[in-house]
Amino acid sequence: MTVSGPAGSGIPHLDVDPFDMKFFADPYPTHELLREAGPVVYLDRWNVYAVARYAEVHAVLNDPATFCSSRGVGLSDFKKETPWRPPSLILEADPPAHTRTRAVLSKVLSPTVMKQVRDRFAAAAEARVDALLETRSFDAITDLAEAYPLSIFPDALGLKPEGREHLIPYASVVFNAFGPPNQLRQEAIERSAPHQAYVTEQCQRENLAPGGFGACIHAQVDEGAITATEAPLLVRSLLSAGLDTTVNGIAAAVYCLARFPDQWQRLRQDLTLARGAFEEAVRFESPVQTFFRTTSREVELSGARIGEGEKVLMFLAAANRDPRRWDKPDSYDITRRTSGHVGFGSGIHMCVGQLVARLEGEVMLTALARRIEKIEITGEPKRRFNNTLRGLDSLPVTITPA
Amino acid sequence: MPAITFIHPDGKSDRVETGDGESAMQAATRHGLDGILAECGGNAMCATCHVYVDDGSLALLPAMADDEDALLDGTASERRPNSRLSCQIKITPALDGLVLRLPERQV
Ligand code: HEM
Ligand code: FES
Repeated sequence: MTVSGPAGSGIPHLDVDPFDMKFFADPYPTHELLREAGPVVYLDRWNVYAVARYAEVHAVLNDPATFCSSRGVGLSDFKKETPWRPPSLILEADPPAHTRTRAVLSKVLSPTVMKQVRDRFAAAAEARVDALLETRSFDAITDLAEAYPLSIFPDALGLKPEGREHLIPYASVVFNAFGPPNQLRQEAIERSAPHQAYVTEQCQRENLAPGGFGACIHAQVDEGAITATEAPLLVRSLLSAGLDTTVNGIAAAVYCLARFPDQWQRLRQDLTLARGAFEEAVRFESPVQTFFRTTSREVELSGARIGEGEKVLMFLAAANRDPRRWDKPDSYDITRRTSGHVGFGSGIHMCVGQLVARLEGEVMLTALARRIEKIEITGEPKRRFNNTLRGLDSLPVTITPA
Repeated sequence: MPAITFIHPDGKSDRVETGDGESAMQAATRHGLDGILAECGGNAMCATCHVYVDDGSLALLPAMADDEDALLDGTASERRPNSRLSCQIKITPALDGLVLRLPERQV
């Protein structure tokens, strides 16, 4: 397992593949192995460096000049390979280019804007619970974790009603494509053409309803903040990263609360814990498991020397359960102080949609906890496999009204 | 190490010792203080570490960047002329004794 090799003296080499089905089925023992092997390890399977401890993941995220994003935040190095789609102007960009596009999306998704959409998001969550209380037994993934964001986010963006069925499949391609050239990635890209065509079309200004996030991005062209060719690509970022992530975030929270009934009861007794319950689920399950960076120069990280042009894989999920940073990391505790977790990243690329995600999570969990006494898992949960996202494909549950 | 005081909306106060190079937000969360949420972990992206600075100390603080200014427009409790984000206040020896008042709500 552990040998010293040409990649650097003293850096442990591991032969684990963090993108195969066996790993996805139960990543936790491997996360521990990665964390305990050393602060920086080398994965021979994909020829990349990797960090799984909180301190190093945090350090890499917060040194964007050394660990850059413009060469791709997946395994593929944009300097050596042609990206499968035109690169993102925000996620796959470095300062100063990133600073400008980031400012635009921060403005469009600001706390002030969240205040404006809050009532609408909360009403939709109540309506979803109404529907669930009618059926009592349902799939918590399709009927709750997907149905709720689908009922608000595309409208908030200003998308047309037609073609929305492409949204989740498109996101699934995007997040699979960050992974290595395995079957998941190859098949996803092979089947991506119709989803890409839909998304490209919907990002155009004339296809976005006035007042929505999409129209607000295009309005920044008139302010001179971005060009007319940049705007559609920034809308694309919200289409790529704004839906499937929250689906998996809400699913994570519901799955946690169904598995840990004491936490569910605690939430029911104090609905102000809803936001914390969602945040803790993002730490505990880490719906976005990993991202890569590329070194822009030779660097020493916690004693390990890494050359220029190397890919570094960050295990956000493992950092979020690093016992060096977290007390009882493997327990789901809705009163935990989660500040500092890296489920939304950290530093200049930290999730620009985090306020949207928290708002959705908070109002959905509040509505559920107010009106439901019990959530019971009634069948075997099925996992959905993706190179970056962790989540379920189905979670059969039965609820008891309060 | 410099110490700073947080005053809760009900008038109770907590004096906390700050660590080397810490922000006021980091000192507060390290001490488990209620009233500072800091959902974004200090990245100036969430506005849940809002504080009101005692007028006498306002001029001693580092200048406000544009992103902090914009975020303060969206705070859960009203923005006042002495509003700041505590994650953007790095505590230096000159700020020993700083008094920060906590708002009613952070979300
Ligand atoms: C629970 C839900 C979510 C999770 C776990 C999540 C996670 C993340 C993570 C880990 C990053 C950092 C990427 C990096 O460092 O390379 C990120 C960035 C980003 N997220 Fe999210 N996200 C979520 C929801 C959203 C939503 C709702 C939106 C849009 C409305 C969104 C849009 C973005 C964008 C555009 C970026 C790139 C930011 C940049 O590079 O500056 N995300 N997200
Ligand atoms: S901790 Fe988020 S803005 Fe200060």
